[in-house]
Amino acid sequence: MSGLKKEISIYIHIPFCVRKCLYCDFNSFAGKEEYFEAYKNALVSEINAFDKAEGYIVKTIFLGGGTPSVMPSKFTGEILKAVLGKFKTDPNAELSMEVNPKTVDFDKLKEYRDYGVNRLSVGVQSFSERLLKILGRIHDRRDFFECFELIQRAGFKNVNFDLMFALPSQSIDEWEETVKTAVSLRPSHLSVYSLIIEEGTPFFNMFEKGELMEVSDEDDREMYYRAKEILRENGFFQYEISNFSKKGFECRHNIVYWKRKEYIGFGLGACSFLDNERSRNNLSLSDYIGGNWFGERDEFTERDAFAEFMFLGLRMTEGILRKDFYDYFGVDMEALFGKEIKKLSERGLLLDDGERISLTERGIDLSNVVFREFL
Amino acid sequence: MSFDRQSKIRNFSIIAHIDHGKSTLADRLIQKSGLLTQREMQEQVLDNMELERERGITIKAQAVRLIYKADDGEEYTLNLIDTPGHVDFNYEVSRSLAACDGAVLVVDAAQGVEAQTLANVYLALDNDLEVIPVINKIDLPSADTERVKQEIEDIIGLDAEGAPLISAKADINIKDVFDKIISDIPAPKGDYSAPLKALIFDSFYDAYKGVIVFMRVFDGSVRKGTKIRFMATEKEFEVTEVGVFGPGRFIPADSLGAGEVGYLTASIKNVADTRIGDTVTEASRPTKEALPGYKKVNPMVYCGIFPADGSKYQDLRDALDKLSLNDASLQFEPETSVALGFGFRCGFLGLLHLEIIQERLEREYNLDLVTTAPSVIYKIYLTNGDIIELSNPSDMPDVTSIEKMEEPIVKAEIILPSDYIGTVMELCQQRRGEYVGMEYLEETRAVLTYNLPLNEIIYDFFDVLKSRTRGYASFDYELTGYEESKLVKLDMMVNREVVDALSFIVHESSAVERGRKIAEKLKAEIPRHLFEIPIQAAIGNKIIARETVSAMRKDVLAKCYGGDITRKRKLLEKQKEGKKRMRQIGSVEVPQSAFMSVLKLDDE
Repeated sequence: MSGLKKEISIYIHIPFCVRKCLYCDFNSFAGKEEYFEAYKNALVSEINAFDKAEGYIVKTIFLGGGTPSVMPSKFTGEILKAVLGKFKTDPNAELSMEVNPKTVDFDKLKEYRDYGVNRLSVGVQSFSERLLKILGRIHDRRDFFECFELIQRAGFKNVNFDLMFALPSQSIDEWEETVKTAVSLRPSHLSVYSLIIEEGTPFFNMFEKGELMEVSDEDDREMYYRAKEILRENGFFQYEISNFSKKGFECRHNIVYWKRKEYIGFGLGACSFLDNERSRNNLSLSDYIGGNWFGERDEFTERDAFAEFMFLGLRMTEGILRKDFYDYFGVDMEALFGKEIKKLSERGLLLDDGERISLTERGIDLSNVVFREFL
Repeated sequence: MSFDRQSKIRNFSIIAHIDHGKSTLADRLIQKSGLLTQREMQEQVLDNMELERERGITIKAQAVRLIYKADDGEEYTLNLIDTPGHVDFNYEVSRSLAACDGAVLVVDAAQGVEAQTLANVYLALDNDLEVIPVINKIDLPSADTERVKQEIEDIIGLDAEGAPLISAKADINIKDVFDKIISDIPAPKGDYSAPLKALIFDSFYDAYKGVIVFMRVFDGSVRKGTKIRFMATEKEFEVTEVGVFGPGRFIPADSLGAGEVGYLTASIKNVADTRIGDTVTEASRPTKEALPGYKKVNPMVYCGIFPADGSKYQDLRDALDKLSLNDASLQFEPETSVALGFGFRCGFLGLLHLEIIQERLEREYNLDLVTTAPSVIYKIYLTNGDIIELSNPSDMPDVTSIEKMEEPIVKAEIILPSDYIGTVMELCQQRRGEYVGMEYLEETRAVLTYNLPLNEIIYDFFDVLKSRTRGYASFDYELTGYEESKLVKLDMMVNREVVDALSFIVHESSAVERGRKIAEKLKAEIPRHLFEIPIQAAIGNKIIARETVSAMRKDVLAKCYGGDITRKRKLLEKQKEGKKRMRQIGSVEVPQSAFMSVLKLDDE
């Protein structure tokens, strides 16, 4: 092999959960334990069949779901071994995994560490027992605290909590309580999401029928601002619309998506962006297990690529450097989007210092308004 | 044609309340007359438009010739002329009936005599028709033929003793109907040698033959080559074909003579030349007097119709052109709205007519439409002595130049179970109705008569009536005249700009209420923008209601990872596409649905 290896990220999808949360529209199934092994085998085969591994050096790996921790840790080990055996991996690579508090014990966590996992993302969502029930989560407060103790005992230093706000009937005080509790546990990273009611989920139907009390946009933003304030006071740095971390603990894997860098997705329905091509794997579990891994290519035009670069890059608080846009496409951002940037700056949604553009506070709240301008 | 030939002809129609089985009986008669095989038999041959079938009503009159061999061995020609069954088409019904000598009145053995039955019977009697009552659906468990016979005698005053007791659906006693038609309905007695005198009861446009005129010949005869004249329109044509109505097709004939029902074609381009109710005669030897009863029908209800997608304007025009080929009562002219762009101001016979046209445009021509609130024709007396007829609120002159305004009033008859009288009277009072009277048809049913302003019933009166009476009320109205009224033009303003397409004329007393409701609806429909949007209802310069769409606080995709970037992009694209379809009013984007939402204000 000649020349430098290309940096790459790898996403591995585990589409299984103990139970499906009421708001979830992800590519995942409840139960189906009987397929775990067959799925693991298919996944390992797909990884082994990848024929261009030679040219890459892996910088980040992300095991997402679903709930990756729902599988026996032995399978997790085999999957990770397949990746590490197939690809050359940077010794400092970030190796993240999503876990649900109710699905891990000390031995499992210890094994994850042994396989090389060095970052855990815990689906906490809320510290209110009442809201955890409404969401249809399988864990309660106590499960989480027990799990967190085990995580620390197992030696994980880089831990993220996923939190959600604007939950049905949630009060601003309740949310503040959740954020403060989370902060008090000193995680290195926090993701705070405003709940999105997706069509096709049980939540969507419940909202349609008026069974859930929706949080107003005003309260939603108030919750967001409170969280930002608390996190800032506690030394967290906001680096993306919904993501906060201690310095140096940003999720490097997600930044790859937002900078429109390349990644390979393995597993059911996983998406890849490789050699300027976007593709997605087969979404049918039986097809996938049967060795029919691949799905369709997602076609996009050059204009789509420009738009993607803009709406992904602007998600990050650092925004986009005009120079980076030029380096990426060889096209001048100003010539393409000058008019839009000017309009959005005048409306107070974008900050433009001539070199760099980024979202203002209000621009974050109305980021879709900004993004649509670049389509 | 000799007197003798005419003695073997019977011209009749079937009249009935919706659902009492008119179409089923017609099908059965057609089938029994032996001209159709079971396989050819389309369900409900007379109602051949998809839409009609769904609504269970018949829109355009049509005719079919049946050949029936009676017990005496003679072959009879029975011309069945179908009538539309709704108040909007009252005139067409009356002309179809005028083409007949008798009518079969179908009464449901369980439901008994209903409002519409009455209205149609009176129309038939007005036209001197022999009415034969037939009691249908005798196979229903709830059938009560004795009670229904009694009702027919008491309410309508027809002798029901010998009425055939049938089930058209179950094919019971259909022969009795044939026999009754032949024995009771008089044969035509036209003068074959007199100048041609024929009544147009329908016409439609055919791309190959031009307009096909449906007519009943009273005197004289017509054949290919005859120079004819339409007496009302004074248009003359040379006949290219005459014929009769076979089931589902036209059968050309040598001639049509006195007493016969059939069609003619004469290379007629414009359906408006062949008005329903007009008399056809010979150009060289005209009959002295036209047949009585001809009326030029005028639209009673107007509204603006706009393509949801502005680029479909031409498609909409083509579709309206095509529909009007067969519907002389549909009027339209181009209209421009600041809010909705280019469209048409259309005139209709009534609300049902409006709805049918709208649905046909959407369904048959695949158009996405935005319609404005229906309006009636107001008479405006100006201070300078001029009188104008106003059908578009946007054209309303300045208040200071108006002396007085008049609005059309209808006499409405509502037949309903007596349990609902209170709630319906309340509705009529709300709608500025003037109580005329109430009569009990029997212990549990009454007919309520009200004078109502037409503009109070064109919105949603019928819907509300139905929901308040659980569908048990039937409703009929006729225009009685104009009355002076305190009317005002209500404007809706979005972000301080008047939206012309939302202006309408309303009685002073309900302006505030109406304005408030519309403002509420608009508030619910208009999405939040980056700025606050006031929505106001105003009469002249006076604001009578206000709502505010507060500024947008949040439009954000909280979660964006997992690598499926295409999905995020497509989501944003879809949102952007949705915005494009909105109407721009100043700097505010208003969804199409907002214009439609104001058409239904009563949430009952």
